[in-house]
Amino acid sequence: MQTGSITVADQPLLRFVLQRADDALVLGHRLSEWNGKAPLMEEEMALSNMALDLIGQARALYTYAGEVEGVGRDEDAYAYLRDERAYLNVLLVEQPNGDFAVTIVRQMLYAAFIEPYWQRLMASTDATLAAIAAKAQKEAAYHLRHSAEWVIRLGDGTDESHRRAQDALDLLWPFTGELFEVSDAERSLLASGVAVDPAPLRAVWRETVSRVVADATLTLPADGWMQRGGREGRHSEYLGHLLTDLQYLQRSHPGATW
Amino acid sequence: MSGPTMPLWEVFIRSRNGLAHKHVGSLHAADATLAVQAARDLYTRRNEGTSIWVVPSSAITASDPNDKGMMFEPAESKVYRHPTFYDIPDDVGHM
Repeated sequence: MQTGSITVADQPLLRFVLQRADDALVLGHRLSEWNGKAPLMEEEMALSNMALDLIGQARALYTYAGEVEGVGRDEDAYAYLRDERAYLNVLLVEQPNGDFAVTIVRQMLYAAFIEPYWQRLMASTDATLAAIAAKAQKEAAYHLRHSAEWVIRLGDGTDESHRRAQDALDLLWPFTGELFEVSDAERSLLASGVAVDPAPLRAVWRETVSRVVADATLTLPADGWMQRGGREGRHSEYLGHLLTDLQYLQRSHPGATW
Repeated sequence: MSGPTMPLWEVFIRSRNGLAHKHVGSLHAADATLAVQAARDLYTRRNEGTSIWVVPSSAITASDPNDKGMMFEPAESKVYRHPTFYDIPDDVGHM
């Protein structure tokens, strides 16, 4: 097995699949960081379950990326052997877990976008993507329900939980604009119906998030400057640290298996 | 974590249609909605169920273990109450 970093082909479908896969893997990895540290045992299982859903989605997408690229790479190659700049996930999912409020608000903001997104991608003209979307949509629907219920209880809970939930919302808000960006790779796949345009989902997303935020007695932050760059591989300072953890074993012991 | 904000709930899972909900364990949750979600995450990870009930543990009235003798021993000698003296046709299925 190769030990150094790989460079993937600059091909629209491949880039598009990797975008979706990287979002899922990075967020799944973040959630897995709660293992052994969650505020209560019941929630530890909930976070692990969501992590496993996301990592499962990433695996399916990376495997498909391997077929699309067609140079014999498997899911592990994309996950473990790409450098930070080759990762195409949005900045939102790589933001640190912070306290439980940050983790659960991040989950709600992402799930409120990705659930209707998968719903629409189920109609993709690409049969593999449509099948992956059908499975992921059900998982995302539960992630949304679970995280939204928690946001409501934190916001409408004690003074401290309200403050922490509002801080989390304010902290993460500037990372939400990137969810609706259309990458060049994505744009070239819209006409053929392989990809779906994320931009029109903003209204759906806003409606969901506004309802949760209102039920939580929180205040929706104003749309100001939005952070971006993840889709082109320009990440916040946090992704590199995450990848050292994620990739350490395969980089140190290439091809290690159970 | 327990106490007044995190009461205990008893969880019942129905493994498939036609069977009864069966007690599988307990958990702590702030309210009924989160208790159902926690039950889903704790007790249905391996396809155990198609339906979940949660009941506040405080709503359950239990028999006193000290009453075991008077409550249950009288039944021990009534073997004729078991439906073991005839064959159940296979077609009947679950009883």
